[in-house]
Parts: sequence; structure tokens; C-alpha cells
Amino acid sequence: MIAIVDYDAGNLTSVKRALDYLGLSSKITPDPKEIRSAERVIFPGVGHAASAMKNLIARGLDNALKETFAAGTPVLGICLGTQIILSGSEEGNTTCLGLIDGYCPKFKLTNKELKIPHIGWNSVDLKKSHPVMNGIRSGEEFYFVHSYYPQPKEIDCIIAVSDYEIEFPVIIGKRNLVATQFHPEKSGPSGLCILSNFSKWDGSVC
Amino acid sequence: MLSKRIISCLDVRDGKLAKSVKFVNTVDIGDPVATAKKYYEDGIDELVFYDITASSDNRNIMIDVVSRVASNIFIPFSVGGGLRSVEDCSRVRMAGAEKINLNTAAVSNPQLISDASMVLGAQAVVLSMDVLRVGISSQIPSGYEIVTHGGRNRTGLDAIEWAKKGETLGAGELVVNSIDADGTKEGYEITLTAMIAQAVTIPVIASGGGGKPEHLYDVLTKGHADAALIASMLHYGEYTIKEIKQYLRDRGIRVRLS
Repeated sequence: MIAIVDYDAGNLTSVKRALDYLGLSSKITPDPKEIRSAERVIFPGVGHAASAMKNLIARGLDNALKETFAAGTPVLGICLGTQIILSGSEEGNTTCLGLIDGYCPKFKLTNKELKIPHIGWNSVDLKKSHPVMNGIRSGEEFYFVHSYYPQPKEIDCIIAVSDYEIEFPVIIGKRNLVATQFHPEKSGPSGLCILSNFSKWDGSVC
Repeated sequence: MLSKRIISCLDVRDGKLAKSVKFVNTVDIGDPVATAKKYYEDGIDELVFYDITASSDNRNIMIDVVSRVASNIFIPFSVGGGLRSVEDCSRVRMAGAEKINLNTAAVSNPQLISDASMVLGAQAVVLSMDVLRVGISSQIPSGYEIVTHGGRNRTGLDAIEWAKKGETLGAGELVVNSIDADGTKEGYEITLTAMIAQAVTIPVIASGGGGKPEHLYDVLTKGHADAALIASMLHYGEYTIKEIKQYLRDRGIRVRLS
């Protein structure tokens, strides 16, 4: 069973529908107990970092996520979920979960032709291999919608990057945690491949 | 680098696919979910479903279509037509649509843009504007006016001003649909698209007039559009998505080739 963390951060049903399509059993849940006991956890989200953190804390989900990560349960972060696993975010100037040391700044671009949010399909360049990225070619495109991006402190936590005037991290990971800034559930067959890989991943990276 | 998006628009009436030509004489040509699935498999980047059902009694059919699309197609899609309140928008989102598309209802009630943006997030709110070339006047300094009801009703709103206002109110993207070009297959309204793309900082999707791959090339370069909407050139099998994308890539436009 895959638990999808429900903290009122956008539409979680699209992740659930993708898992259903793949024949994977999952449950959208706001219950910290269910998160702690799940085989795997998906931490999605769209919205505002500071209000998302407030919701997580109010439901006791911040501690549940920290414990789940510490216990070695495979965790997949998506979009806002990927941003708030870092130590802090510029969005609402908030402290975040700190599962990976780092910060989430807003894009500051000089090219006026480039729009913020960064919306659409961008190519993802793999910097290293990861079990959850098996079958994904470096340079494949995925669907993004975001204005802030995850910047881990340790370069070792960066699995893949994209380019939008600047090069920025788009897949980050540490031990049993892997997280994508893009939406695998909205990225066609390549995205479904990542979800399917995650459902088989035991959380080890070598 | 970010790719330019090729988006297909599917008009849906009473749960069936229809393509409007100049917004009259619509002819049903199939099942929207089956068509959407085919486009998805062929590599379309995004889909728009526009509900043109006349009777509000049949609105639930659209919710069913949205839900079936969301369970079978894993790319972003938006839904428009008949959304008059935040509750309508939330319903479509809950059924699985990534974004909602506001048009006439936003003209009569601009507050709906901000309300929907507050509840769903700006990234989920697309402001779709139907635009008619009317000539420059003191009321319409750009020479392009916002119209509703397929062009039958003039609103007195200048298209550039409305685009800027939409962005300020919280729209995350704009669809600029030229009523003059719609259904002609003679090319997008490049001047209009470029004027709007340069007036706002949110992505602009060009709509109306796409008949050949070179039309997409023109609007994605000279028109400064971030995405182009296509309908009949796909619906009638004149071109495949792969052919269109290959053409654009060969001419140096970055597109996703799956």
C-alpha cells in the first residue's frame, strides 16, 4: 500500500489515478498513523510552501514524515512536496521539514521572454543513476509547473537538473527519499515509468 | 530548455466530440475520450476540453467525460465552458482536470478569476479570451476587442487591457482566440498574439486559424506564443502530431518528441 499524504495542498487525485491506472494500491490519507505504517509514501502537493507547512504541522504530519524517512520507508516527493522536504523556502519565508539540507529560492531570471511560473515540458538531464529512474533516458522531458526550485546544500543529493536560463536541480534524493520538481503523474509514459519504479523500490540507492 | 507546447482543443457537446467552424454548424465527430487518448499516445503536450453543451441539464455528462479522461490520460488538461462559479471550477478540478478555463463568465464577473485563483492556485486558472479585430478607436486603442458568445456580443473591452487585468486578477495562463482567424485554417492572428504576449508575463497560448505546421511556426516565433492550440488540422486527420512536431523541430523550434 502506498500512502499519499493529504494536507490540503492541491489536487491529490491525479497521483491516485495514475497509481490506479498502473494497478498499484494506494490511499490518500491525512492520518499520521497511516503514513507511519505505509509500505511507501508519496508526498505530492501544489500550492504555497508556508501554508502547506502550517497544514502539515496542524495535522502532525511533519513528525510523521520525519519519522517515516528516518525509518527507511521509501518516500517520493513531488513538486511542492519536493520543495518542503528541504530546510526552508523563500515562499512565505518558512522553515520546512529539513529531511534534506537545502533551500528553495524563487527563479530570478533576466530574460524577459521566459515566463514565471516555469510551466510546460522541459528536458531532465540525469547527473547520476538512481533505481527510481531506471528506464529514463537523460534528456527526456517532463511536465513542470512551479516558481520556486529545490537547491540542496550537498551536490551529492542532486540526481538530475534542467535548464531555464539557469541550471537548477529537478530530481533530488538522499537514502530512501527521492523527489521530483516535475509531475510524474502528468508526464505521460515516462512519468508513469517513475511511479512504477518507485512502487518496486526498496529504498536503497546502490 | 522549455519546449513550446502543442495543445489540442476538443469541443464537447452532450458528451460527444464536436468541432466548431466559426462557432456555427457544429458537427459531432466522435468520442472525446477515445480521441484524447489517441492524441496522448501520439505525443500531444496538453489538452483542452471545451463544453459547448447548450442545456445545463447535461452538465453531469461533462463531469463524467473529465473523470474518464483523468483516469486514462496522464498529461495536463484543462476544461472550460459553462463554468460560472468557484464551485463549478472546483467540481471540474475534483473530477481530475489540471486547469480550468474561464471565458464569458470572467467577462461578466472578473472577480471569478481572483476567486478561482485563490482557491485553486493561479497555475490552475486559464483565462480564455475571444478577440475580434475592430479597428483602432478611443475605446479600443489596440484595435482588438473582447467579444463573447462566439463573437456575437461585443463587450467594449480592449483585448490588451483585458489580458493585463486577467493577469493581475490571478490568471496563470492566457488563451488568445482570434474570432477572425478561427476556422479559416489560414494561420493564427500573429499581430494580436504578439501584442498580448509582450503585454503580460504569464504564458500565452495562441488559438484560432492553425491549418498547417508553418502556421504554428509563425505564431511560436513572430507571435511570441508559448503554446499553440490546434483542432481541425488534427481532428480531420490532415496532419499527425508527430508530423507537426517534426516540422517544428526541423525549423529549430524546441518541442517534445516522445
